[in-house]
Amino acid sequence: MAATGARPVGKKITLGERIFIVVLYLFFLLFTLICVYPFYYLIINSISANDVSARGDVMFYPIAVHFQNYIDVMKIEGLGQAAIISIGRTVLGTLCTIIGSSFLGFMFTQEKLWQRKFWYRFTVATMYFSAGLIPWYITMMNLHLTNNFLAYILPAIVQPFNIILVKTYIENTPASLQEAAEIDGAGVLRIYAQIIVPISMPVLATVAIFAAVGQWNAFQDTLMLMTDQDLYTLQYTLYQYINQASSLARMIESTGGAISDSVITAATQQTPTSVRMTVSVVVVLPILLVYPIFQRFFVKGIMIGSVKG
Amino acid sequence: MSNTPVSAAVRKPALNPRKVQSIKMFLLILPFMLLVFLFSYFPLHGWVYAFYDYRPPFQLSDCEFVGFEWFTSMFATPAKRAQIGDVMLNTFVMSGLGILTSWLPMAFAILLTEIPNQPFKKAVQTLTTLPNFISWVLVYSLAFSLFSSSGMVNNLMIRLGVYDEPILYLQMESNVWLTMWLWSNWKGMGWSAIMYIAAITGIDQELYEAAYVDGAGRFRVIWHITVPGLLPTYFVLLLMSVANFLNNGVDQYYVFQNAFNKKRIQVLDLYVYNLGLGSGSYSLATAISILKSLVSLTLLFTVNGLSKAFRGESII
Repeated sequence: MAATGARPVGKKITLGERIFIVVLYLFFLLFTLICVYPFYYLIINSISANDVSARGDVMFYPIAVHFQNYIDVMKIEGLGQAAIISIGRTVLGTLCTIIGSSFLGFMFTQEKLWQRKFWYRFTVATMYFSAGLIPWYITMMNLHLTNNFLAYILPAIVQPFNIILVKTYIENTPASLQEAAEIDGAGVLRIYAQIIVPISMPVLATVAIFAAVGQWNAFQDTLMLMTDQDLYTLQYTLYQYINQASSLARMIESTGGAISDSVITAATQQTPTSVRMTVSVVVVLPILLVYPIFQRFFVKGIMIGSVKG
Repeated sequence: MSNTPVSAAVRKPALNPRKVQSIKMFLLILPFMLLVFLFSYFPLHGWVYAFYDYRPPFQLSDCEFVGFEWFTSMFATPAKRAQIGDVMLNTFVMSGLGILTSWLPMAFAILLTEIPNQPFKKAVQTLTTLPNFISWVLVYSLAFSLFSSSGMVNNLMIRLGVYDEPILYLQMESNVWLTMWLWSNWKGMGWSAIMYIAAITGIDQELYEAAYVDGAGRFRVIWHITVPGLLPTYFVLLLMSVANFLNNGVDQYYVFQNAFNKKRIQVLDLYVYNLGLGSGSYSLATAISILKSLVSLTLLFTVNGLSKAFRGESII
């Protein structure tokens, strides 16, 4: 980011300005702390002695560090399955969004497409209205998409906002490449696969990242459509755990005694707090890990988003 | 025209190759258009459920047709009027608070660009954006860890002797509007500010230089150059949030909802969910959805009309 509001060199800074700057530093420091501390709090609690964390004594740094909690949460029935579902929908859903958005974004730039304008509007208009929750739910039920993994994937294929992003991007690339390929006799699909996909990689990366975060964080579709526990996602499972962490702690205790040969001490015995914190960290960790990579796409993504096609 | 006999020899005189190509291309997008139809247009047929007394195990044809009874029943008794009134009040207050304070991210961005230290600025921007990328379930988990009866805040306060008994922050009805507003700003502030930070970078540097040459101070430059430069962006976002006045979404309010704060946290979207999927009143919930959709569309077109009139540009 370039320096903005550049101040002329050598101009005297008044006392008022100096105080203003100091106050700004303090304000932003505080705000940033408030944004980051909750994450830090979760992490230090999940690795501290469980009897201490249950008393709420872990506030600033971990106490008696151990990683038993992460081994123990794997014993919670259903958590592994939920992780598979979450990873599955994130990978497949993101793939579908990329393919759907890039293909439709490309096709909607093609003048030759029959009734192009109509189909484009037909697709984009869906951003601005909705039939409502119950009609949507009944439709999903009639399509047999309740308790069906496809309910996570199929709606991801056509996403109007992402289609607009890709379409705008393609329209701003030189048309000469496409024209040359057409003269060489390449069909629409070949032009898409060999020319459009490679040149739109930057915008597709942005789409992929936002799609993946959206899939990983999705909660509402599981809440409304799934009653089969095998299809619960990590987010939904976490929500349940927050509300019933105490029974889970007992469950781990009872299976833990039988399975593990390690001696359960007060520091490693599961408590509602330790279960909740540890599962939360498991759910947020993927986001924290990819965050440094994807945060450089923000500005790009948000700027293309504000340019509408 | 001159090659008509040749076409006749191919036996398909009516089809010209351009048309064939055009239809072939359409066939490629047809499956996608079917998905759009299935997930976005087809559900509209469900609006008929609002005119029946629909009870799920039965087929619609076996249910009684009741006309507009559900629409009038919302306001039939004082108790129902009070309930709808509560829901509308919650929706208006929460959306209203959001709109009244929608200038905050702009202020955040302006103040952040005043920080002279680039690495500090970059770090603040990166770290304050992080909460935007976690789900509301996780926000609730953080809130629970910090503010539940055994949470960090209560622990600290009791230890410091500020009070003796834990305060059940998450179950308080009186402060729900404020806490919901605080959580959405905690989550969204940094992210919303990014758009303005990018817009500030786009403001012509010569304007600033000219202002400083003319002897303007820091605050005058902000007020007379940066703020006017950001107003178009602000205006578009403001109009969008007005158009979405009734669409608060379910996630945030659902996860923070409990038996104690329900009366003050139920916004329209959550009410429709609780009514429909929670207690099985499919028809009434659909009726409310229909009203909501109609109001939302009206708002959208009004706002778009305003934008056209004042900016000469539409927002949809």
